[in-house]
Amino acid sequence: MGAARVVRKRIFDELWGGGRAPRAGFEPLASWLTDTGTGELGRRQQAAEAAFRTLGVTFSVYGEKDSAERIIPFDIIPRIFTAREWDKLSAGLEQRVRAINAFIADVYGERRIIADGVVPADIVLGNPQYCIPVAGARPPHGVYAHISGIDLVRTGAEEFVVLEDNVRTPSGVSYMIENREAMLRLCPELFDRFAVQPVDNYPDLLRDTLYSVAPHGARAPVCVLLTPGHHNSAFYEHSFLADTMGIELVEGTDLEVDDDIVWMRTIDGRVRVDVIYRRIDDDFLDPLIFNPRSMLGVAGLLAAYLAGNVAIVNAPGNGIADDKAIYSYMPDIVRYYSGEEAQLPNVETWRCREPEALRYTLDNLETLVVKLVDGSGGYGMLIGPTAASAEIEQFRAALVAEPHRYIAQPTLALSTVPTLTEQGVSPRHVDFRPFVLTGADHVCIVPGGLTRVALREGSLVVNSSQGGGTKDSIVLAAADGKEEQHALPYGG
Amino acid sequence: MLSRTAANLYWIGRYMERAEFTTRLAEATLRLSSLSSGAQAERAAWESALQVVGEDESFAASAENATPFNVTRWLLLSEDNPNSVRSCLAFARDNARAARNAMTREAWEAINRAWLDLRARTSPGGGQAAMNLIDTVKADTRGFEGALSRMLRREAYWFMRLGSVIERGDNTARLVDVKYYLLLPEGERVGGTLDRDQWTTLLQTVSARNAYRLLYRDSLKPWLVADLLIFRAEMPRSLAASCAETVQLLSELGGSSGRQGEADRLARLRQTQLADTDIDRIFRSGLHEFLGTYIADNAAIHRAIAQQFRFG
Repeated sequence: MGAARVVRKRIFDELWGGGRAPRAGFEPLASWLTDTGTGELGRRQQAAEAAFRTLGVTFSVYGEKDSAERIIPFDIIPRIFTAREWDKLSAGLEQRVRAINAFIADVYGERRIIADGVVPADIVLGNPQYCIPVAGARPPHGVYAHISGIDLVRTGAEEFVVLEDNVRTPSGVSYMIENREAMLRLCPELFDRFAVQPVDNYPDLLRDTLYSVAPHGARAPVCVLLTPGHHNSAFYEHSFLADTMGIELVEGTDLEVDDDIVWMRTIDGRVRVDVIYRRIDDDFLDPLIFNPRSMLGVAGLLAAYLAGNVAIVNAPGNGIADDKAIYSYMPDIVRYYSGEEAQLPNVETWRCREPEALRYTLDNLETLVVKLVDGSGGYGMLIGPTAASAEIEQFRAALVAEPHRYIAQPTLALSTVPTLTEQGVSPRHVDFRPFVLTGADHVCIVPGGLTRVALREGSLVVNSSQGGGTKDSIVLAAADGKEEQHALPYGG
Repeated sequence: MLSRTAANLYWIGRYMERAEFTTRLAEATLRLSSLSSGAQAERAAWESALQVVGEDESFAASAENATPFNVTRWLLLSEDNPNSVRSCLAFARDNARAARNAMTREAWEAINRAWLDLRARTSPGGGQAAMNLIDTVKADTRGFEGALSRMLRREAYWFMRLGSVIERGDNTARLVDVKYYLLLPEGERVGGTLDRDQWTTLLQTVSARNAYRLLYRDSLKPWLVADLLIFRAEMPRSLAASCAETVQLLSELGGSSGRQGEADRLARLRQTQLADTDIDRIFRSGLHEFLGTYIADNAAIHRAIAQQFRFG
C-alpha cells in the first residue's frame, strides 16, 4: 500500500482545498455541515433512501446472485461547483462534443481525418466499433451524439480531466434530478444559504432536442423512448424520462417497420414514429442487421434509418467515438475540427499497441491503471497501486499476449468531497458525469450532472456495480443574481 | 395509448379482481368449514371452493389432502397454483411495472403494497393467522380500488375497470354454478341449517349478506339468491351489473377513439339477452346451462376485446 500513500498526499479536497479553512465561496457548506451534525445528516440520508425505495429508483447488478432491485447509496452531502468553474467546464464540454459529432460524421462520410493522417486508418476502420452498415448514412440534421455523458475527474482547483466519453446510451441522468429533489425536500435550509441553478428542466431540454432532429417534413413529429423492458437494470430511468417528457415508452414489440417507415401499435391503430430515443444497444437494435437473436429490437429499423425516415437518438455506430483506443487521439481530434487546443485535457494515455508504450507500461505496472480498450463499468481493469501482485502478473501476461487490447494511464489523484460515513464526515473520491445535449442547431448543458462517490476509504472505483454511491451536484448561480432560482419546496 | 400498455392495464384489472375474489372465497369457506359438523361436510366445503376457481383437478394433481390448511395455502399462497392470490398479485405487479407510466403513483403503490404484504408468507398459519392474512389482502385490494377510483376518467382507467368487470362476471357465474350444483341436487328440498350456512357463505363471498336482506326482506331462498346474483343491477357483483358496465366501458373507449367493434356488439347483445329473460325461465331451462353459456360468452367478449385493441 506504499504507492497508495504517495497518491494521497497530492489529493485536492473540493471543500477544504489543501488547507484547514474552506475554499473561497464554500464557507456556507462548511458551516452547514457543522450546524447540522452527523446524527441529523444520517437521519436525512435514511429518509432519502427510503423515498427512493418507495419510488422504485432502483437498479439491478448483472451477475449478482440475488439480482433483486437495489437502490444506489445516496450521500446527503452535496458536491458544489462555483459558477465560474462551471462556465469554464461547460465551454470545454461543448467544444469536445461538437468535435465528437464532427468526427463521427467524418469517419462515416469523407474520412478526411484519416486521409490527413491525424488518426491511423486501422484504428478507425479496423475497429470493432466501426459500424459498417451505417457508413455513408447521414442522420436527419447531421447530429450523431445527441446525448453525451462525459466522465470527468478533478485533480486540482483548476484541473478537470476527461476520463471517458459516453456517446452511445449514457445513463444516470435520473439520479441528477431525483438527488436534487431529495436535497430540496430534506435540506431546504441549504438552498437558503446558496443560490443554486436548477436541473429539473432537463426533460424539457431533452424533449426539445429530440423534436429538433425529427426528419424534415414531419409535421407534428411523434417521438418515443425505446426501452429493453421493465426487467432492464435502468428501466426506472427510462420510465422516468418518458413520463417527464410526455412521450410514449415503447418496447421493440410495440414497433413495426413497413416500407421503411416506423409505426407504433396503438389501440387506435398504427401511428407513424419520427424520432426514437433508444436505450438499447446497437447490437440489439435490428435483428436483420445486427444480432439476429435479438428480441428487443425492431426488424427493418436500420433500413428506415438509412432511408432518412426516422431519427435514432443516439445514432447507431457512435461507439467509434467513445472507444478507448480513439480516446487517446481526442486532443488531436478536437484540434483538427475546431482549430483550437482542447480546453479539457485527456488523461495521459499509453497505447500499448505501440512498442515503446508497452515497454513503459510493463515497467511501471505498479503505478499505472491498465484498461481494456473495449471494457466498461470498471470491469477488466487493473489499478496498479492497490492491486495484489498476483493480479499484476495476470495483467502482465495478458498485456504481452494481446497488447493492442489495452491502454495504460497514470493513477490520478482524484479529488475528494466530504461524505457521510460510519466514522462521521470524511473525504471520499468522486468523479463527475455532466450530460451534453446536441440538437439540430444548438448544444446545451444542464448545470449539474451525476457525481459518483467511492464510499470505501481510499477507493478510486466509483461504479455503482462496485460499491459506489451518488451525490447531488450543485452548480451555484453567478453572483450577479441573474440566474433563475429554484422554487422552494412546500413550506420552505 | 400503446396496445401493449392497454393489455397490461386490462390484465391488472383482471388479476386484482381475481385476487380479491379468491381471498373472499377462502374467507367464506373457512367460516363454512368451521360451522360444518363432521369431517365429510368440512371436506365438501373445501372441495367446492376448489371447484369454483377451477382448481379441483390441479389441486388433486398436487397430491395434497384437502385439509383446510392445505387448500387455504393452495388458494392464497401457492406458487404452483397460477391462480393463487400470490400468483395473481405477482402477475398484476409485473404488468403494473411495465405500464407504470400509464397509472397513478397511488395505483402502483397499492398493487406493490399488496404484493409486499403477501410475498414473504409461505404458510397461512392457523385459523386466526389465516383470517388476519385474508383481512390484509382484502384491505390491500380495497386500497387498489380506491386508488383506481381517483384516476382520470380516461383510457387507463377504463381498461383497468374493463378487466375487473369481465373477471367479476366470470367469478360470480362460477360461484353460483358450483354452489347450486352442490346445494340443489335434482328434486331435493331445501331449508336445513346446513343449507342456511351454505347460502350465507355464498353471499359472503360476494359481500352481499346484508344486501340480500335489504333487497328482499326475506329469509334465504335459493331462487332469490340466484336472482340477486344474476339480475339485480344494483348489486355490483351481479351478472347484470357486469354486463351493463362492460357495455358502458366499451362505449367510453369507443367514444375516445371513435372505434367500435365486435366486442361492443357482443357486449350489447349479451346485455339485451339478459334483460329479455328472468329467473323463472332460467330455472325451467336449466341454471347450469345458462351459467355455462354466460361463461363462454364472457370468454368470447374477452377475446373480442383483445382483438379490437390489438393486445397481440
